[in-house]
Amino acid sequence: MKITLNGEPLEVAGPLTVSDLLTRLDIDARRVAVEHNLSVVRRALFGTTEVRDGDEIEIVNFVGGG
Amino acid sequence: MTNMDLLTIAGRTFASRLIVGTGKYPSPAIMAQAHEAAGADMVTVAVRRVNVTDRTKESLLDYIDESKIFLLPNTAGCYTAEEAIRTAHLAREAGLSHWVKLEVIGDERTLFPDNEALLEATRVLVKDGFVVLPYTNDDPIACRKLEDAGAAAVMPLGAPIGSGLGIQNVNNIRIIREFSKVPVIVDAGVGTASDAAVAMEIGADAVLMNSAIAGARDPVAMAEAMKYAVQAGRLAYLAGRIPRKMYASASSPVEGLVGR
Repeated sequence: MKITLNGEPLEVAGPLTVSDLLTRLDIDARRVAVEHNLSVVRRALFGTTEVRDGDEIEIVNFVGGG
Repeated sequence: MTNMDLLTIAGRTFASRLIVGTGKYPSPAIMAQAHEAAGADMVTVAVRRVNVTDRTKESLLDYIDESKIFLLPNTAGCYTAEEAIRTAHLAREAGLSHWVKLEVIGDERTLFPDNEALLEATRVLVKDGFVVLPYTNDDPIACRKLEDAGAAAVMPLGAPIGSGLGIQNVNNIRIIREFSKVPVIVDAGVGTASDAAVAMEIGADAVLMNSAIAGARDPVAMAEAMKYAVQAGRLAYLAGRIPRKMYASASSPVEGLVGR
């Protein structure tokens, strides 16, 4: 299936959850926040939130800033 | 002084009145040393997309001792209320903190705030349960409106972000302090230690800076200088300065002069 990840198209094998996606991308779930179709996904729900074809996902973290 | 005179924002106390950024340091290790030298117990961080193609294992947070330092996420780079609100919600989930340094920028060249959108975003985020610290103009009326909208502090700029020009409108900052019931944090524009001291001398409750420290030739030494400047300025404010006079007023006795 095709999703949009941080504004870029990405082909991934589905079905998968937000947790699965983070694992596949080798991203530490404790250090990021995830937006799924414009709404923030609670960390506790990463494992049960399903990512579907056409979904838009944003994964953000903290970087240096003033 | 540090034990008696704490900074309190939204019921949370801070030992330091110097809030420091985490951007633009020569290295993360130098940043950590600068934070230590500044004595900062609150630092700002930005929220950005994770680079999914080039993943380095190192995180900014590896260099911040979160048991000692409180993270204040910002919404830097947001140009609409909607973007800022979205970013604040993401920051809350990433950091498990409901505090936000709210920026809604109105112009790329000056990075001046869009006060209308800022006010709107403040209202929404306060309603959503955030502790909102808005970065605003040095405008007492804008600050009053933000306070009325529920801002936990107001953060007027001293000069444009990263400009190092120092406090451009000292009297406005003084008036903002006089009008505000919430803490006033001078945010942006500091270039060197005396600028931070001026902000504190006129009554600012704290100073927030990034570039002045991170961009200095020796960021760690500048961080230490800023620590002293903020402490000195605060002490001078509490001590109460003498009034300004147009002419001299002798400090030595005028009687008993030899030969008169």
